[in-house]
Amino acid sequence: MADEVILLNFWPSVFGMRIRIALAEKGIEYEYREEDLWNKSPLLLKMNPVHKKIPVLIHNGKPICESLIAVQYIDEVWKDKSPFFPSDPYERAQARFWADYVDKKMYSIGRTVWTTKGEEQEAAKKELIEMLKVLEGELGDKAYFGGENFGYIDIALIPFYSRFYTLETFGNFSIEAECPKLMGWAKRCHKRESVSNSLPDFHEVYDFVVQLNKRLGIS
Amino acid sequence: MADEVILLDVWASPFGMRVRIALREKGIKFDWRAEDLSNKSPLLLKMNPVTKQIPVLIHNGKPVCESLIIVQYIDEVWKDRTPLLPSDPYERAHARFWGDYVDKKIYSTARQVCTTKGEPKEAAKKELIQCFKTLEGELGDKAYFGGKTFGLVDIALIPFYGWFHSLETIGNLNMEAEFPKLVAWGKRCLEKESVSQTLPDQLKVHDFLLGIRKKLGIE
Repeated sequence: MADEVILLNFWPSVFGMRIRIALAEKGIEYEYREEDLWNKSPLLLKMNPVHKKIPVLIHNGKPICESLIAVQYIDEVWKDKSPFFPSDPYERAQARFWADYVDKKMYSIGRTVWTTKGEEQEAAKKELIEMLKVLEGELGDKAYFGGENFGYIDIALIPFYSRFYTLETFGNFSIEAECPKLMGWAKRCHKRESVSNSLPDFHEVYDFVVQLNKRLGIS
Repeated sequence: MADEVILLDVWASPFGMRVRIALREKGIKFDWRAEDLSNKSPLLLKMNPVTKQIPVLIHNGKPVCESLIIVQYIDEVWKDRTPLLPSDPYERAHARFWGDYVDKKIYSTARQVCTTKGEPKEAAKKELIQCFKTLEGELGDKAYFGGKTFGLVDIALIPFYGWFHSLETIGNLNMEAEFPKLVAWGKRCLEKESVSQTLPDQLKVHDFLLGIRKKLGIE
């Protein structure tokens, strides 16, 4: 019997992109449903009553919420191809640590860069560059964070590449200049079909953020 | 060859307690080392250069950081006994979701109730009540969050049971009346040796929180 896989998402969401990439890496067919976050569907509210947020993966009617949890779920269910994790428990713990590092801070710091000005923005910019440099250090000379294979940390981080143009424009800096190895990694990942098909156009994301700021009264 | 297991921790940390409980559940001998957070040891700074926080598990010289990541690591390495996560991928995702919920919502909110006053305290109290109600809903009539067996979510939350006395006195909450299922669950968990050996006396925790209030000049 075929699996029924649905993804409730919002196209600019970096978190939704993680799940899209994971599903594509495993070659899983799914139904993509765009949510209007100002008018959430009854299905979304039913499937994620606790947080009421996207993305939500619905597998044969059962919801899985929180993007990194959904990515791990996908890896465990469709375990016969393209594993996202190494098999060694220590390496797995390291992968979880770095994905968690990205998850804890990157979005909120990024958001501060594109929604504030002056001192607050400068502080956030500094913190973001520091974070990216730490990640660059962890990447080292590897092709991917996972080593030779694209994996969990890569999936956790690469969606933020879709926000780089936005961050650079709002923050008036160059991520390439600050973190050339990381940019090399991002471009390498973007050559993968799973990534290029899942990340939106960078300028469209920028326009979206500009519009959203207007809508929220941020100038 | 015997494993060398060291835990860098502080007695009052709910996050450290999670790791202690997991190790004790698995019957693993470990060397517990108390850190002075105002004067962190060179070992801590070497083993966790990224966040410099406790707890850090050092297994045969290699560090694992972030309490719930450590608990999962312990479960994967010592997989021959007392599983802390279910084997079914959906149930595992469910456990991770609620572990993540506790992680995101309980510590900062409970701490705010116990170490602030006025509006911030009231706002935090309101949120905490909502969180406990949600957790009670999830627990339902089960013995543990994991069902019949004590698991990841129980481990994530039970250290905060040590704060219930403080939440009652400082937060002016009647825990037993408002959250009877949660209090019953807490008492049930305390019957387990791994928990009773780990959780400090509620009065000791209370003194500790009063100490923080004093330092912050809150009366």
